[in-house]
Amino acid sequence: MTDTIGRGPGPVVTGPVGTPVPAPSLRPSRAPSHWRVYAVMSAGLLLVTAPFLWMLLGSVKSESELRRIPPTWWPERFTLENYRELFSRLDFPVYFFNSVLVALLITLGNIAFCSMLGYALAKLEFRGKRVLFGLVIGMLMVPGMVIFVPQYVLVANLGLVNTYWGLVLPFLAGPFGVFLMRQFMSAISDELLDAARVDGAGEARIFRSIVMPLMGPGVATLGILTFLASWNNFLWPLVVAQTEDMYTLPVALALVSVDQNQTNYGLLLGGAVVVIVPIVAVFVALQRYFVQGIAMTGLKS
Amino acid sequence: MAWGFALPFVLLFMVFMVGPVIASFAMSFTDMRSGDVKSPFAVSFVGLDNYTQMFGDEKFRRAAVNTGLFVLVGVPLTMGLGLAAAVGLNSGIRRFRTVFRAGYYLPYITSIVAVAVVWRFLLQDRQGLVNTVLGYVGIDGPDWLNSTTWALPSLIAMAAWRSMGFLMVIFLAGLQTIPRQVYEAAEMDGANSWQRFVFITLPMMRPTLLFGGVLTGIGYLQFFEEPFVMTQGGPLDSTLSVSYHLYNQFSFGNYGYATAMGYLLFVAIVVLTVAQFRLLRDKT
Repeated sequence: MTDTIGRGPGPVVTGPVGTPVPAPSLRPSRAPSHWRVYAVMSAGLLLVTAPFLWMLLGSVKSESELRRIPPTWWPERFTLENYRELFSRLDFPVYFFNSVLVALLITLGNIAFCSMLGYALAKLEFRGKRVLFGLVIGMLMVPGMVIFVPQYVLVANLGLVNTYWGLVLPFLAGPFGVFLMRQFMSAISDELLDAARVDGAGEARIFRSIVMPLMGPGVATLGILTFLASWNNFLWPLVVAQTEDMYTLPVALALVSVDQNQTNYGLLLGGAVVVIVPIVAVFVALQRYFVQGIAMTGLKS
Repeated sequence: MAWGFALPFVLLFMVFMVGPVIASFAMSFTDMRSGDVKSPFAVSFVGLDNYTQMFGDEKFRRAAVNTGLFVLVGVPLTMGLGLAAAVGLNSGIRRFRTVFRAGYYLPYITSIVAVAVVWRFLLQDRQGLVNTVLGYVGIDGPDWLNSTTWALPSLIAMAAWRSMGFLMVIFLAGLQTIPRQVYEAAEMDGANSWQRFVFITLPMMRPTLLFGGVLTGIGYLQFFEEPFVMTQGGPLDSTLSVSYHLYNQFSFGNYGYATAMGYLLFVAIVVLTVAQFRLLRDKT
């Protein structure tokens, strides 16, 4: 890849949209077409990011300004009233806490369990290995929509509806993580592991002291993608979280937004900001792991 | 020893994933309802009743048509946008590549629920940004989400907006595997840029395009959050999806019927995936 992945974060949401910039004059013969590419790409970027800019600006407008026809672009008067209400009158601190807790537990679980199985699949021989890997890969194709009903029946029988365990358990062992970690683990040289074995290290010791310290990028990629999926997950928490104190952010936001009595625009836009901004911050900080995750899973499968 | 590494995952995986897959197959042949949760083995088998019921279910037929349209229109649209962005990024521009890539990818990492809330505002009749901008050029935009004609296209547009960045990253990686020399040789033979795109880029990108198309199709087959937040399936069921109908049936307590619909979705996904492998094998 000639591409420099994620070199420097760069402005993402609120950054100024570049006006067409003349191409560097390294290859003069192509300069005119570069100018057109920049123009089109910049216009596209503006279209793609406009909803986010409008959301951010809308969330600091007053309710009466949000209902104005035609709508205003720049807020006439900045107000944090929407956020104040989200975090004091509504229970957004609780939803935020629930989202963070559930996503963290699921992420840690996947890192631990998927790394262990990934190591066994990549570097050890055991009976049933092929069948197990086939099962894991097959499971990648099964969407949540197909299995949430029996999962719900199971969780209900375990008495875990409307609990954190109920929200977390079905996602602790995801097939995607095994696939990803196996890919990363395959890159470790067998000679290194054999040398450790000759020196008398057991498999547990090798895994802890040699394999995992090499897995930084793999763990980061898996961790971020798992956290992201869990933070944005909607169907399962919608089904399992039944009282407000168990809602995650997307569930709370969706239910507030479809509530006929609740038509406060500012609150909804502020709520969307609260759901979106933390993930964008993680993304900007750790962009290259996202891209790496896609490259690993997308093109080697 | 190796099983020691596998055991924690395998236990959770079997109980919470493989078990439910088998259970949902069995459940789809029963009349299970919410009242049977505590005694799931006491339900009666009804054969294919749940499956035949779907064909007589007006709402399901509508949902199936809507879902089909969402996939058939949404996938090519998203692929076209993603490919255009990837080609633009790969065209030799040097500056702002990171900004462009991050910006286009941004919607894909955001919660569908949150962006659906935002788009509901964008698409409002008179206070919405879309109609305001259309008004600048003299177009009187419709009340998008309350129109039986425009509601589904609006949801498709939002899905394409959200997913194009994902395909852009995949397609970009594919574009970078095409050797420069191929293009240079074609250029020397007098091929213009459009001809190079049609006769080199597209054929060499075929596996990547198929892969991206299938992944997007699998996601779109299950679209749920968009109508849940933006239209509640309306107006007049014009945005009801199979997943949304499935969820509603689950809410009404019709577990057997809901799982049968889930299995149908699963079959559709498997067919799509197998078709991809067939298509890949044909010519490569």
